[in-house]
Amino acid sequence: MTVEPLQLSDFSRDDHGSIGLVRESVPRPFKPTVVAEMSRVVSNDAVNAEYYHLVVECGPVAAAAEPGQFFSLLCPKLPGEEPFLRRPMSLYGTNPHQGRIEFLYKVVGSGTRGLATLKRGDLLDIMGPLGRGFALDPGLTDIVAVGRGAGLATLAPLAKAARRNGTRVTAVFSARRPDLMVSVGLFEEQGATVIQVTDQEATSGPANVERILRELITDGRCQAFFTCGSSRLMRVQQRLAEEFSLPGQVAIEQQMACGIGLCFCCVRDFNVGGTIVNRRVCWDGPVFDLLETLP
Amino acid sequence: MKLETDIDMSVKIGELTLKNPIMPASGTFAEGLSQVMDFDRLGAIVTKTVTREVRAGNPTPRVVERPNSMINAIGIPSKGVAHFVEKIIPLYAHLSTPLVVSISAPTADGFACLARDLSLPGVAAIEANISCPNIEEDGKAFAMNADSTATVTRALRAATDLPLWIKLTPNTGDMPAVARAGEAEGADALVVANTILSMAIDLKTFKPSLGNVMGGLSGPAVKPIVLRQVFQCANAVDIPIIGCGGISSAEDVIEYMLAGARAVQVGTATFLQPNIMPRIIEDLQAFCYHRQINRASALTGALLIEEADESDLSWLDPQ
Repeated sequence: MTVEPLQLSDFSRDDHGSIGLVRESVPRPFKPTVVAEMSRVVSNDAVNAEYYHLVVECGPVAAAAEPGQFFSLLCPKLPGEEPFLRRPMSLYGTNPHQGRIEFLYKVVGSGTRGLATLKRGDLLDIMGPLGRGFALDPGLTDIVAVGRGAGLATLAPLAKAARRNGTRVTAVFSARRPDLMVSVGLFEEQGATVIQVTDQEATSGPANVERILRELITDGRCQAFFTCGSSRLMRVQQRLAEEFSLPGQVAIEQQMACGIGLCFCCVRDFNVGGTIVNRRVCWDGPVFDLLETLP
Repeated sequence: MKLETDIDMSVKIGELTLKNPIMPASGTFAEGLSQVMDFDRLGAIVTKTVTREVRAGNPTPRVVERPNSMINAIGIPSKGVAHFVEKIIPLYAHLSTPLVVSISAPTADGFACLARDLSLPGVAAIEANISCPNIEEDGKAFAMNADSTATVTRALRAATDLPLWIKLTPNTGDMPAVARAGEAEGADALVVANTILSMAIDLKTFKPSLGNVMGGLSGPAVKPIVLRQVFQCANAVDIPIIGCGGISSAEDVIEYMLAGARAVQVGTATFLQPNIMPRIIEDLQAFCYHRQINRASALTGALLIEEADESDLSWLDPQ
């Protein structure tokens, strides 16, 4: 048996953004772990006044995406609009057996306006899976997912993964209005308890969310926080995580250009043991340690 | 010539032979791309610019998109030379593709010392980034004029025996003079060119779209401008020109080579299609095959310019 030479893909990120040898040697010929490929639209339906649910057929590399990872989409161009760069889009769901991935997106700009025009059978250029997703410790019995707005879509794949591990999930979901709440059904199908708070009902303020989270901690329902979509709610969880010595992970959104660690456009500052460290959201994240993340 | 693979794709940049003319532009390449493509297929690898000191880079936002282009103001974040030698150079040691190290410094002496310290086993050439528009006020850089280009190139030449490439700026008014200054002081090749100094304003906030206010324009929109500059430089000097500006297809590469480029760098296009470089290599090979061109290097400078005689211009003045 011959020993294959190491490839660059044998190297991976470590916590300091530098490179360490972590994977086993992979044999040639070259096998990509990230692809840019044409996917075919299965469906692209409005789920409420602001959000669309997009399902595409893709190859096995893309369909193997993990919770918290993202794709970078080359959005169709509408007349008079010129999105140039790809758009990062968090993963809403996967079905590796059917070779499908799903996105849930809010129409906000020229890229997502283009996405909203896609019809069944259309082609969409997807690049991924990208980034480092959620690390779900199978030893946890109870976790809490806290999300707001589009962040609820990013948290969605956690529900399935937690159920596979036998981990009980309580979700605290926030939105401007009840009709703009997404992901609730998906979490409930996976056996999660969903607590909904909204601006319209004046239940979404940080004080009320903190009260809810304190109750969950007291009831033994929270061994870790998973969050996305709100700096305000992240700060509430950071305080509670410190007070009760709980771990947590946060998925971050940031404007990107390349999506794969080349351009250093999407950097943010993190507090690592008192030192401010600059990290690429696309490469070192988009999921980061809750307590290291600065608002 | 029976097969596409019989075509000689290699090109010579001074003493350095590349297996094909396609390489990444500095700042658009990192280890992450190894998830998408086989680095051994590239003509060369060009690293992100390294500085001696640790640099944080510019405040965000660092990028804004414009039609067929983007403006960046990254500001050369760098983990410093020690990290580069210890962590980055070894990453590429096992490849057959030569490693070109891009460097930057605030002074000619700084450039020279850094080039000397990075003239190490595993480094095939030094690319001196004397043209980044984002690190000095108002886009000032050595390559803005011939005198400062001569000064920094002379210092670099004395400091290293490695092939020395200097990367020029498109923002100067007299590109051929700058190119000649680089050649006269011993540069082995010219990279033409860096990004075009530019700006964008957000009408919602009345603020600049970039944290650094100004930035560098890149992407397909800049190609006609830089193509012209490659043509001018190729006419001004005898050393090889490496074209860089808006390349996103083999057709673009062929245009650059016809205008006088010996090789090219692909940058922004990789952000849109991460595997564009291997695709361009295949397409370039297919083009040569179909046009019965045995060597890709034969394209360099093969532009045909004929004096138009008066009868050709008759359509301008229909009687």
